[in-house]
Amino acid sequence: MNFREISGLIFIVGLGLLLFALLKILFVEQLVTGGIGANILATAPEEVGTANIVTSVLLAYRGLDTLGELTILFVAATAAGLVLGQRSSDAKHDPDAGFILHSAADVLFPFLILLGAYIILHGHLTPGGGFQGGAILAAAFFIPILASPASPLNHRVSSAIEGFAGAAFILIGLFGLFGKGDFLAPLFGTGEVGNLFSAGSLPLLYLAVGLKVGAELAGLLAHLHETEAND
Amino acid sequence: MLVWVVLISVVVMLVAAVAVLFLKDFLAVTAAASVVSLALSVLFVALQAPDVALAEAAVGAGVSSVIFALTLRRVGLWKLETKKDK
Repeated sequence: MNFREISGLIFIVGLGLLLFALLKILFVEQLVTGGIGANILATAPEEVGTANIVTSVLLAYRGLDTLGELTILFVAATAAGLVLGQRSSDAKHDPDAGFILHSAADVLFPFLILLGAYIILHGHLTPGGGFQGGAILAAAFFIPILASPASPLNHRVSSAIEGFAGAAFILIGLFGLFGKGDFLAPLFGTGEVGNLFSAGSLPLLYLAVGLKVGAELAGLLAHLHETEAND
Repeated sequence: MLVWVVLISVVVMLVAAVAVLFLKDFLAVTAAASVVSLALSVLFVALQAPDVALAEAAVGAGVSSVIFALTLRRVGLWKLETKKDK
């Protein structure tokens, strides 16, 4: 058997298992309701103080998983940076973009920053949060680079932001460890559910996540864009 | 109303997914893949998962297609037309 046949076989087995599980849920068992989901829905608002329950799971109940996710993203961005390599100093830049992209970049930049900051800072109240807002921030900083490729992103600043944000996340976790006895335990009480300043340390954690993701993705995109094109 | 939104987004998603397989132009394939993500994010909203929908729209439709397009540019599968070539 060659590689193609083996990978096809593995894919078919996986698809079969998936369909089997789906059919089993649909026809044999009822969907599992109640249990942990209903528990979290009932207790999260008063225990953690977030209006957006997803955030309470992401940052409070499963905060360690989020730290792992950040680590994966960091490793992926670092590996991509290693693979992409350096550009020689006399390499050509891509030609400047046209009028439409130039003006669109100027107009969009402040609004994208505003939207990203809003989504990050309201992560504990409305849908969204650090990861989504961070991706929007990265897009905000990447569009000007797309418009005029000769003006590079300051990689020193973006790595500094990334490092400080990651350290801040772990520091808040350590404060929880020494103050409350659990790593990433929410601090400062819950406050009133629905207020901007509520849910204790979760907005700070989401701010760290958003800055880290934004700086990382912007650095990765700029790095990809700066690598020499071979044409 | 909601049924129609779901139906349209599912059809758009399937058409775009099949287009990814059969299109010859790499840049068009990237665009079609991002349409799949966009329709999927509408579907997530219909399934009352706005958090996932936001992540899908920002990462799936936005950042990942940009990464695909830049990679195509770097490996030489997408060449820019300059004025001299015309």
